Amino acid sequence: MNDFFTKTDLSRKDAESIISETLNNCDDGELYLENSKSESIVLDDDKIKSSSYSSDLGYGLRAVSGEVVAYSHSNEISKKSLNQSANNLSSTLKSQKGIYNHEIPQSNEKFYKDVNPIEEKSLQSKLDLLKEVNNYTRAKGGMVQQVTASFAGEHKSIEIIRSGGEVLTDVRPLIRFNVSVMLEKYGKKETGVYGIGGRQSYDEYLKDDNWKKVCDEAFRIASVNLESKPAPAGEMKVVLGSGWPAILIHEAIGHGLEGDFNRKKTSAFHNLMGQRVASEGVTIVDDGTLHNRRGSLTIDDEGTPTEKTVLIENGILKNFMQDRLNARLMNTRSTGSGRRESYKHVVLPRMRNTMMLNGKYSQEEMIKSVDKGIFAVSFGGGQVDITSGKFVFNCTEAYEIINGKIGSPIKGATLIGDGPSILKEVSLVGNNMMLDPGIGTCGKAGQGVPVGVAQPSILIDKMTVGGTQL
Amino acid sequence: MVKDQDYLKKTASFCVDLAKKLGATDSSAAVMHSISETVNFRNKKLDESDRSDSLGVSLTTYIGKKKSSISSSNLTEENINTLIERCIETTKITPEDEYNSLPDKDLLANKINDLNLYDDDHIENDEKIEYLKEVEEAAFQKKEIINTETGFSESKSNFILASSDGFLNGYKSSSFSASCVAVAKDSNNKMERDYEFTSTCHLNDMLKPSQIGEMAAKKTLQKLDPRKIESEKISIIFDRRISKGILSSFAGAISASSIARGTSFLKDTIDKEIFSSSINIFDKPDILKGLGSRYFDSEGVKTDELKLVDQGVLKHYLVDTYNGKKLNLKSNGRSGGTSNLFFEKGSISYKNLLKLNSRTLYITETIGHGSNLVTGDYSVGANGFMVEDGVFKYPVSEITIAGNFKDIFMNITLADDLEFKYSTNAPTMLIEGMVVAGK
Repeated sequence: MNDFFTKTDLSRKDAESIISETLNNCDDGELYLENSKSESIVLDDDKIKSSSYSSDLGYGLRAVSGEVVAYSHSNEISKKSLNQSANNLSSTLKSQKGIYNHEIPQSNEKFYKDVNPIEEKSLQSKLDLLKEVNNYTRAKGGMVQQVTASFAGEHKSIEIIRSGGEVLTDVRPLIRFNVSVMLEKYGKKETGVYGIGGRQSYDEYLKDDNWKKVCDEAFRIASVNLESKPAPAGEMKVVLGSGWPAILIHEAIGHGLEGDFNRKKTSAFHNLMGQRVASEGVTIVDDGTLHNRRGSLTIDDEGTPTEKTVLIENGILKNFMQDRLNARLMNTRSTGSGRRESYKHVVLPRMRNTMMLNGKYSQEEMIKSVDKGIFAVSFGGGQVDITSGKFVFNCTEAYEIINGKIGSPIKGATLIGDGPSILKEVSLVGNNMMLDPGIGTCGKAGQGVPVGVAQPSILIDKMTVGGTQL
Repeated sequence: MVKDQDYLKKTASFCVDLAKKLGATDSSAAVMHSISETVNFRNKKLDESDRSDSLGVSLTTYIGKKKSSISSSNLTEENINTLIERCIETTKITPEDEYNSLPDKDLLANKINDLNLYDDDHIENDEKIEYLKEVEEAAFQKKEIINTETGFSESKSNFILASSDGFLNGYKSSSFSASCVAVAKDSNNKMERDYEFTSTCHLNDMLKPSQIGEMAAKKTLQKLDPRKIESEKISIIFDRRISKGILSSFAGAISASSIARGTSFLKDTIDKEIFSSSINIFDKPDILKGLGSRYFDSEGVKTDELKLVDQGVLKHYLVDTYNGKKLNLKSNGRSGGTSNLFFEKGSISYKNLLKLNSRTLYITETIGHGSNLVTGDYSVGANGFMVEDGVFKYPVSEITIAGNFKDIFMNITLADDLEFKYSTNAPTMLIEGMVVAGK
């Protein structure tokens, strides 16, 4: 385990007494300590473009009173620095009164192992593999104009010290392997991107030549797009593929069900608890407990063990995702959803692995039922305005559907919809639920955290496709 | 207090010296320190205070044509030693790349004219709170406003860049910003939000708090009761909030990195007409108190003003040392991107631009990341207003707009209302012939 108090004039005892004194009249708060190592190795344009390593250390002291959060962070773990932070918090909260809530659930279950992926695989073998990836992908033919491949690894140790001296710790590995291919044919250029990852060693994901599948997939997506024609514009039926397309759920529904926006009544969902927000047969959960998944956490960044939270059950809104602050103010309990990007950031209720569960239809049935529409298989990013509920996401692989049959691939287009109503437009839920490959990062209030998504194929009766063909 | 130049110089020089001792043939180090204090208010009550004290170092070492880098926020001597050793070991086994090198010495910045980028003024959190109270009071003057979130942030930074070629320079900068997000509810219980903000180098240049609150409320109310429109080809006007995004995409597409990699739709377009002939684009690093102003780029290379586009013709890429060597071009001091990038203002007034067509879709917000710089394809979610004969008729939402940058660039008409509110700025912009997808 990491000891944050060995190379500083600040002893654990000093820290504990500063914490207890600062949080004396507060409802909640903690000292959050973080030591993270990360690496990034990028091959691009036939060369190792960069190899970098980063080592970060710091703390964030947080005091919560009523609705007010006071936060101060620094990368200097010392008596002077922590005292300065404590003073800063106390001056913000000088007129506030609260009673510290010592209660925090405990669990011994861990959802990933304490491995350091950076050290487990030698730099030389990573460099060698990137070279192999480059050669393998470029050997696919003269169309291949550019190949970028990268490794990103992280090993993060955190410690949470609460008022009274309670200590909670977690060690979090995270890796990602990514390949991007650009093809050119008859002067037309298209890219394809694919990646894999999660909270295990690199080799767990790369073994058995699994890396070749990543190259193949990136190449396949780019090849499909080379043949693509302009996308249609307007409202139509949309069949979403299984797995990664669930970022629709993440954007359209997920963000709107985060506790803070609902406590503040700025979410389009804030007054819909217990009501029908989706078609029957639609069940959505947010699960932090899937082993080794990118979005999983043994404990959240406030120390609460994560769980599988049912958000929508058979179409009815059941729960929001909560951190401790919003849970207290909304008279409920934390769902273990309090997350922060690093010690530099305040805790916010966030998603983990957001999943729509299986229904009973096959993807073929869905496609067969569509006269005119699109079949969207892969996506880039998405975004949502949680107040109006409008959300978008960008297709990176999609096909037209004509008379129940999959037709030509179409160019990347943005799809736009309305969060609170989109799930009522879901008419068929598939039986082929799949998790995404482990590549998602969610942004909120300037903070990026790793997340996962999953869904079966679904049929949406009406969505606006942002193409150029009227 | 933000750490002074002497401390940062000492740390940076220590890193460069140690790297040399351990076997680096060249190296460069950057040490940065920033302190910022933010106060957030919500519905006339204190919501959050945040103090950030952030010190960091980054180091790149070269052994011949091999290169590797490290960064850290743990500046204990022991940790720095370990990291630099690790960096050297990594450098040794990283394959050579013939283009790796420090910048040419004759391109390094040597004279520095004060651009007034640092304001020593400090504003206490209590004063920030007073400012935000006024912002919110102004916003709540409109009774339809049901929620406001405001914030005031002050930040002071200092940094030093050092290299084994003897470069050792840096500077302080400051930033003050305040913002207001207002939420309103319409007759159908549907909510909309909008915002206003101010962001400056100097405290005294900030907008008055009442201006921010009033504008945020006004813009939010205008959005209530939006309609979705039919899909059609229609001329579009980008508000200044959005028009600057066209410049950002342009800047991405002319970065030497995407040109050298062949992944830009603007590859091989130097001296070609890529915009309509009325368009001129500048990148000017030496604007006094400019939000994007700088004395040199992230490699220490001097940055001169560039006229990137002259009467529609592309004149320069944005060149850094590494990609410059690949393209056989000298760095023009754009490692780290553009500085103050802007379109020269057009000749038509804002009012007349609105009247140029009988029906125009005026876009105030786009969502999504729908710019593909390889193909130039553009497709984003949007909302805004329908304008008929120069008059704003009704708000529009849940639509997308799409086109290709190559066509978009050739069909731009700019108004004469350029202002410098961001580091990248554009006047209000009319674009002919884009496709709107709605119903």
